[in-house]
Amino acid sequence: MAADGQQHPLKIYFWIWGLLFLLSAFSYATDFMPKEDGMGLFRAGLILLFMFLKAGFIIAIFMHMAWERAALIWAICGPPVLLLFLIGFMVYEGDYTEGTRIESFTAPPEPEGLEHH
Amino acid sequence: MAHEGNAAATEQHFQSIATDWSGDKQTFRVPWGKAMMWIFLLSDTFIFTSFLVGYGHDRISTAAAWPNPSEVFALTIFGINMPLILIAIMTFVLITSSGTMAMAVNFGYRGDRAKAAALMLITAAFGAVFVGMQAFEWTKLIHEGVRPWENPFGAEQFGASFFMITGFHGLHVSAGVVYLVVVALKVLRGDYERGRSGGGGNYEIVEITGLYWHFVDLVWVFIFAFFYLW
Repeated sequence: MAADGQQHPLKIYFWIWGLLFLLSAFSYATDFMPKEDGMGLFRAGLILLFMFLKAGFIIAIFMHMAWERAALIWAICGPPVLLLFLIGFMVYEGDYTEGTRIESFTAPPEPEGLEHH
Repeated sequence: MAHEGNAAATEQHFQSIATDWSGDKQTFRVPWGKAMMWIFLLSDTFIFTSFLVGYGHDRISTAAAWPNPSEVFALTIFGINMPLILIAIMTFVLITSSGTMAMAVNFGYRGDRAKAAALMLITAAFGAVFVGMQAFEWTKLIHEGVRPWENPFGAEQFGASFFMITGFHGLHVSAGVVYLVVVALKVLRGDYERGRSGGGGNYEIVEITGLYWHFVDLVWVFIFAFFYLW
């Protein structure tokens, strides 16, 4: 089957195309949400949700990964999982670095009740 | 019943991996060009992720406030201030080009050379529009004083991250435009009919080119989310 190439009805491409437009619009809409602390996490969750949906549809349908053999799917989609470790380490390390920078390079807060003249 | 069916399907799924990898023959039962493109894209995934992680680390670790992309990339159109509008249009342009590319692959496999080539050239045109808009964005930011080492909006690392990530992605889009035009002209000329480039009326080259193009769109999805929306 693979030798005949990836041939699928046009209809599915049109559906995914439309869906990608819709998801892009939703993504853009998150930029209009309030960005206060309370909404921050919710907004970030929506950004990630739309991002993963879009990425998934592009890989699965447009790049035909959904119809490939398991050997190829796992050889290509498996290794990027390692990147999660890199992301995790760097977020943790970045937080630490920010802490040391704030501690060492920013002026300590003025003691209460002390006035400059 | 349904559960048993799923279990059997899962077993078959992993059995087929063992069969393919231990068969003492070629592992990937796809055209070699397609396997190599996928492996190249896998390596590119690591490069782009490294850039994005580098940017993320910069943004997390800096004690200075990060510039608000929503305002930095806003444009005033017809007197209305639109946040992030250029980036949104660029996103839609790239999604559109992904759709025309998917159609090109489909028409290629149907042996409809004229339509496949035309759709690839349309895809390339959308790609060129995207790069043009990116050039406009770079020009605007450079005029506003954004440099890799400083900018008027906040944390200094913003410029370096911006130019590095969008520059590397723009380079990929530009290369993709050239790649698309070259393959489209070869398709139109009938090279793949006559066996001059592998031949035999085989249009998997259109799918392989498409893989590269969809990947460029895929990377933009992550840049859009992490650099522009976050």
